[in-house]
Amino acid sequence: MLKTTPLIEEHKKLGAKVVPFAGWEMPVSYKGIIAEHNAVRTSVGIFDIGHMGLIKVVGDGAFDFLQKVTTNDVSKLALNQCQYSILCNEAGGAIDDVLVYKMPMYCLVVCNASNFDKVISWLSFQAKSFNNVSVGHYNEYSSLALQGPRAEELASKVLNVNLSDLKRNRTLWWRDIIISRTGYTGEDGFELMVSKKEVVKIWQMFIEAGVEPCGLGARDTLRLEAGLPLYGHEYDEETTPLEAGYSWAVKFDKGSFVGKEALLKEKESGLKKKLVGLAPEGRQIPRAGDNVFTGEDLIGKVTSGTFSPTLKKAVALAYLNPQEGQLGNSVEIEIRGKRIPAKVVAKTFYKR
Amino acid sequence: MSDLAIPAEIKYSVDHEWVKVDGNSATIGITAFAQDQLGDIVYVELPPIGKEFKVKDEFGVVESVKSVSSLFCPVAGKVTAINEGLNGSPELVNASPYEKAWMIKVEIANPAELAGLLSAEEYKKLTEGK
Repeated sequence: MLKTTPLIEEHKKLGAKVVPFAGWEMPVSYKGIIAEHNAVRTSVGIFDIGHMGLIKVVGDGAFDFLQKVTTNDVSKLALNQCQYSILCNEAGGAIDDVLVYKMPMYCLVVCNASNFDKVISWLSFQAKSFNNVSVGHYNEYSSLALQGPRAEELASKVLNVNLSDLKRNRTLWWRDIIISRTGYTGEDGFELMVSKKEVVKIWQMFIEAGVEPCGLGARDTLRLEAGLPLYGHEYDEETTPLEAGYSWAVKFDKGSFVGKEALLKEKESGLKKKLVGLAPEGRQIPRAGDNVFTGEDLIGKVTSGTFSPTLKKAVALAYLNPQEGQLGNSVEIEIRGKRIPAKVVAKTFYKR
Repeated sequence: MSDLAIPAEIKYSVDHEWVKVDGNSATIGITAFAQDQLGDIVYVELPPIGKEFKVKDEFGVVESVKSVSSLFCPVAGKVTAINEGLNGSPELVNASPYEKAWMIKVEIANPAELAGLLSAEEYKKLTEGK
């Protein structure tokens, strides 16, 4: 039985194609992926991200606990600020990549829908060695993402709130909405945690204001153009944040944390693989699992690939061995049995 | 799905290709239903002229933003023409699946096989039966 967000009937009313995703029945597109993608790049779009896992961490030990289970440094978090972080296992592999929010009374961990059960049981298990920490599902809220160059204008207008002073990765409580200047598209924008009772109304207000409803299809092409990782593609339990290019979110100087020894060792002995961008020639699109070669040598695998609506060409992310993964190198991607020449490029195909 | 055209005068395959027969030549493309299911088409790969296919052989691929799908030959025969225009404008498959986005023409090897294709009415039932 698939789970649904409170917005499922709204999606159907708007004519969305609805598909199973990570145990949820979610809209993949309404008008079409490319039109939705372009709306976010040039104007503003809204996504139902009610499938994202919201986990509440409460208690006097909450900061010590989060310091131990995440790679980033929570002591650097100001009140009403969030940070990107990774939950690692002892081997340094990623259990999930998350946002950690410091709220007035508690902390929130926002995790991937596909990992929610795993993350909540991992956190609950880790919390046992702390006094006074409780971990629970933050079940009363459902999230929306408002993304695009006009996001501030529309959020201000629809919610009647001034957001011009809200900086990146900062949050604001507004009535019963947690507004956070974050996103997963490479554009400016906000993620709104809205009470489940209110979320249909809030969604409708944005749709009526002319904001383009966008599905998971555009969410994927947008994040891929921006070079942002997706768990299950760029991350898994055999992949470390250093390999994924997130060493800036691993703070070795903060004290002990789960996975630290393994990550330190990897840092000293060198990475086994490295996440890079690939720009293939021609119109064929590399897909996850396609092998990458130089000559006869298999040097890595594509983790995500798509047609980039902004650049109007194929783009891909791939793990390559670090010697071959240097910027500018020429490689070949095997797509349906044919070798397609490609260049190793920066992961951020698009920067606003 | 009822608003997606299924022209009465042409034949269909269970794999969502359409076939327009003209003498011993068959023109082949994918249906409005198929392009709608796939979403924005961004790449079409077609075979070289002269290549021969049996029924159900893969004759090419069509890629949407999200996925790759095989194109299956609904009638056996030799390819006599391909639609080069789809190379630069794959989005025609979404805009004009039955006209501008025809994909290949084949010289029909065995006209008796045409009887195995679906009528518009049968194809309509197939798309609704999903």
